[in-house]
Amino acid sequence: MSNRKSTWLALVAMLAIGCGGDAGDDGADATDEQQADAAPVVDPAVAATISGTVTFTGTAPEPTPIDMSEEPVCADKHSEPPTSPSVKVSDGNLANVFVFVSEGLGDMSFPTSSDAVVLDQNGCLYHPHVLGIQTGQELTIRNSDDVLHNINTRSTDNRPFNISQPQAGMESTRSFNTAEVMIPVGCDVHGWMSAFIGVTGHPYHAVTADDGSFTIEGLPPGEYVIEAWHETLGAQTMSVTVGEAETGAADFTYDENAAYDPVPMTEPLIVSHDGHGAG
Amino acid sequence: MNAHRSPASSARVLVPALAPFVAALALAVAAPAVGSAQDVDNGRVVYERWCAECHGVDGAGDGPAAEYMLPRPRDFVQARYQVRTTPNGELPTDADMMRILEVGMPGTTMPAWPNLGEQQRRDVIAYIKTFSRFFENADPQPMDFAPDPGGGDEALESGRAAYEALECWKCHGDSGRGSGQSTPTLEDWRELPIRAADFTEPWKFNGGGTAEMIYRRMMTGLDGTPMPAYSDAVASGVVSPEQLWHVAHYVASLAPTLEPRTADLISAVRVEGELPAAPDAEAWNEARPAFVPLAGQIIETPRALAPTVDGMWVRALHDGQRLALRLEWGDPSNSPDSTWNEWQAKIAGALHADGADLSPDAPMSDGMAVQFPAELPDGSRRPYFLMGSSNDPVTLWTWDSQDGVAEAQGRGLGEISPLDGGDLDGESRWNDGHWEVVLTRSIAGGAEGAITLAEGVVTPIAFFAWDGSSAETAARGSVSSWIYIHLEEPASPNVVIAPILAIAFSAGLLLVFVRSAQRRQRQGLARAEA
Repeated sequence: MSNRKSTWLALVAMLAIGCGGDAGDDGADATDEQQADAAPVVDPAVAATISGTVTFTGTAPEPTPIDMSEEPVCADKHSEPPTSPSVKVSDGNLANVFVFVSEGLGDMSFPTSSDAVVLDQNGCLYHPHVLGIQTGQELTIRNSDDVLHNINTRSTDNRPFNISQPQAGMESTRSFNTAEVMIPVGCDVHGWMSAFIGVTGHPYHAVTADDGSFTIEGLPPGEYVIEAWHETLGAQTMSVTVGEAETGAADFTYDENAAYDPVPMTEPLIVSHDGHGAG
Repeated sequence: MNAHRSPASSARVLVPALAPFVAALALAVAAPAVGSAQDVDNGRVVYERWCAECHGVDGAGDGPAAEYMLPRPRDFVQARYQVRTTPNGELPTDADMMRILEVGMPGTTMPAWPNLGEQQRRDVIAYIKTFSRFFENADPQPMDFAPDPGGGDEALESGRAAYEALECWKCHGDSGRGSGQSTPTLEDWRELPIRAADFTEPWKFNGGGTAEMIYRRMMTGLDGTPMPAYSDAVASGVVSPEQLWHVAHYVASLAPTLEPRTADLISAVRVEGELPAAPDAEAWNEARPAFVPLAGQIIETPRALAPTVDGMWVRALHDGQRLALRLEWGDPSNSPDSTWNEWQAKIAGALHADGADLSPDAPMSDGMAVQFPAELPDGSRRPYFLMGSSNDPVTLWTWDSQDGVAEAQGRGLGEISPLDGGDLDGESRWNDGHWEVVLTRSIAGGAEGAITLAEGVVTPIAFFAWDGSSAETAARGSVSSWIYIHLEEPASPNVVIAPILAIAFSAGLLLVFVRSAQRRQRQGLARAEA
């Protein structure tokens, strides 16, 4: 697979909004919006890139079916029986892994992107299932289903919120003022709905696409610790050094039999970036 | 080791030199009145004396008593406060916290604290806030709440329509009994099972049962629970403030019209004609409903620490031959029901189990029992209220959602043996979050060894209930204390005749008195003439 293609896929995965899954509808306009998300104040001539693929070895678990019979409005949106997006393996590649720079940026601060990240509820599933956002950056939460959803975050470093969206088309906006990997999101009306938000104090984060690939662009040259986080398989880290305008590789492998670090749900605080947004 | 020791020794050297400065600084810090060091120190004393047992010394809601409670005590470190006047996700004001100390949290184990003086309450609030970094430099402000447009029939109709449109019923159920389709999976922020409020029991609402309090909870949400805020829905025009008020009035209207005063005596009304067999028969309107509170059985293990059933409405009728009892109680699950399997396991895991295996493989059924002494007692002596004892047994009328009714003898919790030859009959229905069960039995008959009831006699009676979907069975269930039932006697003919006799007797007396007076007068006149 060409580098260009994997970069494109990773971008889509990282910034995808409202277009995932079987029930996806209008992703196009929002994706265009996200394309404008420029890298921060790092000279593009020297900016480095870290990319890689997350693979899964062993037998992938059978997808867990979701019984949506109690909510026909959502069940009818799925042509195929819906399954849990938790462990999503295709051709040995693992999707929905949050990859981010966990160490190496020191005290550097980065301007907050003015583009909102969108979390869509469509077919009683979150799109995307895993997303990254920078402290202070706007999160737009949209209900594309004509049923009641509530968006209940279980953050511990940020103030939590729990708001209702009883109508299709309703949008709410929130932001987070403290880095937190990860914030679980759920809907109490539909117990199967689950999403994870990774909040970092910088823009260097990505989510693996269906082919397991990710790309983090626009980095200042330097030595970094890259962390891969998966909701059930756990977290792994790797050191990567990139020089000016270089592209470094960070490939991670999850083995079905191996135990990884428990998922750090409340720590570490990566970069505190107080003073942005209401959180 | 040296590296650890040296800062301490250098500090010791510095302290005398800095002492006057430190003292001045301490005075300056102590001066402000509200939230000052002085307040916090006093607050700590109050906290460790009264609060730490449940909320933990470090305020994390994990004191020694916490695992015996569901919902768990508030975690002051995470600082998710349910009842506030501030927007969703924000911290409470001091006044919000003060209110909780004054009225407690109904429906939970948090009591009101009338024993604490106002200053002590202020101090303990200042101390509680020190547990959470979120309070640093925070200045929580109340929301702007819209004024109440008022209740009335139209408001209730509009409120019902909005209740449906906003899908409140998904959790709270169509009739508001907390039995909506999403209830089996509800969890609080700690992933512990939590119930949707039953609107027919407003005295258990965490934040109060008035329309105003309900409206506020809808605007702010109940942080840490599944109840979201509707403030965003109002802001985006999905629902108007008036409509949200109407929902509040509608929810408040679901409260029972009869105040649930604890009954001491259930009066079994004597009816002419047939006794009702069905729970929804009209004849039940002739009976006076009595509210009997139930509490978790916590004397023997395994204890019921957070039981589902906390009260029953009891009605009784009899026709001189048979006694009919109608028992009604809230239970969101019609057990056994496999959709509640996960809930059952979560409840079993959430509470201290007293060493018992509370997580059976198969879904369990619901149950109820009415208890009498096995024999009419002499005087006020009654058997042990937990199903009697070996030398003082009780009669039990048991009902099970799967096995139906049976008459049995109890000689203590778990010491239950069936009785033969009775004519106990029963009919039940589960209707959108509550059970209605009718039990009938001969007054004088019953099984061999069971109580013989009698008209006109005040007889002890008590009640038990079990919610199978919450892993309740045997000792782990709800129990009432002994109260009494009285089977009204038929209106005797004396009631009519006695007044007539009394009137006739008085009239007769009057006649005798008048006659004797007349006679005395005549005799007096005769003497005068002579």
